[in-house]
Amino acid sequence: MARFDSLLDACGGTPLVGLPRLSPSPEVRLWAKLEDRNPTGSIKDRAAVWMIRAAEEAGRLRPGDTILEPTSGNTGIALAMVAKLRGYRLVCVMPENVSAERTQLLRMYGAEIIFSPAAGGSNAAVKMARQIAEEHPDWVMLNQYANEANARAHYETTGPELLRDLPTITHFVAGLGTTGTLMGVGRYLREKVEGIEIIAAEPRYGELVYGLRNIDEGYVPELYDATVLTRRFSVGTRDAVLRTRQLVEVEGIFAGFSTGAILHAALAVAHQALKEGRRADVAFIVADGGWKYLSTGAYAGTLAEAESALEGQLWA
Amino acid sequence: MSIEVRVPTILRSYTGGQKVVTGSGDTLAELLANLDAQYPGLRGRLVTEDGTLHKFVNIYVNDEDVRFLGALDAKLNDGDTVTVLPAVAGGAGNMSTAGGAGNMSTAGGAGNMSVAGGAGNMSAAGGAGNKIGASQTGVS
Repeated sequence: MARFDSLLDACGGTPLVGLPRLSPSPEVRLWAKLEDRNPTGSIKDRAAVWMIRAAEEAGRLRPGDTILEPTSGNTGIALAMVAKLRGYRLVCVMPENVSAERTQLLRMYGAEIIFSPAAGGSNAAVKMARQIAEEHPDWVMLNQYANEANARAHYETTGPELLRDLPTITHFVAGLGTTGTLMGVGRYLREKVEGIEIIAAEPRYGELVYGLRNIDEGYVPELYDATVLTRRFSVGTRDAVLRTRQLVEVEGIFAGFSTGAILHAALAVAHQALKEGRRADVAFIVADGGWKYLSTGAYAGTLAEAESALEGQLWA
Repeated sequence: MSIEVRVPTILRSYTGGQKVVTGSGDTLAELLANLDAQYPGLRGRLVTEDGTLHKFVNIYVNDEDVRFLGALDAKLNDGDTVTVLPAVAGGAGNMSTAGGAGNMSTAGGAGNMSVAGGAGNMSAAGGAGNKIGASQTGVS
């Protein structure tokens, strides 16, 4: 079925493609789930559709309402598209120094942008969003890190799609951000596939990102449940860039850097299975395409140059 | 037996500013005891009073989270690399501006905001940006 009544109905149902050149052997195979084939080009479309639908069903969102979100990433872009088609106003709060592509994409989808001072970084944007929310108690914040509909989107759609297309699946690998994908797909596959391994690839950013004043200011998403996972890898910028480039060079898939981190973990578990003489079908998520990251310059030059280009950035 | 331990910026006050220190032990618990003897107080920032890993601390052995390797009982071998990192919100959907710590999208939750978004994490991170010229993307 490739005909849909509207763009929202075309969310999900993404292709799962084999990677014959990167797979270690005919018995240990890698499969990429192309989430960049969603309406706005990222896996976040699934969460945006499900979070907005859940808020509608709960009576939290009514036609003409305003959604407020302090993000300019894939979630913001996905929410902007869904909000436009469902008749909501979306207000994004972001620092004034965010990349031109992000601002243009959000405006193109009809989102309004409130800029916070560049000097305050994301913190200032969050603060400003909180102030705005206080002034407008009728505006709705969806909070993807704690929103159960984020994980449910993947339990109801991504997980079943994977099992339908790859009944012999032995490993699932995805990125760990809000944890929605891993929690949803992980719970579904654990119910259906005995011995399934659920592997998280967590981006390890530059030190600036970890420059918290002390440990107690850390944060673990409310959605996260460690018992769903079997392993969790930390993947540094260099490995993520290396694998992102390898994916396009060897298999022709042009992806963002978070996908490189995921592939790095997928290759690790695949090669371990090979070494142990076990068959394996390792499915992993291609979270988005590389388009939005071209301006970083990290697709060209040496790995050291790419690493330096991504310095201090949240590349996943 | 020699194990390289990468220490995050916020804990370097315990290691005399050193980014990488060396310790020994057959398990993570032994390593942390060994490190605490060299750098008093460090273990107390990583392990709670009831003897479990601090909720907002992630420790990795050769890039794998120790919570899936037996936590403090995780086995160590000569030549392993141990990385300590604070837990921060990250991942897809967050800002990709320099200096941001990606907590922004958590702002929607009423309850968690003071933990995730507040507390000036990011002004601390952004401010450090200009001073720490040598800091690298990725701890390794």
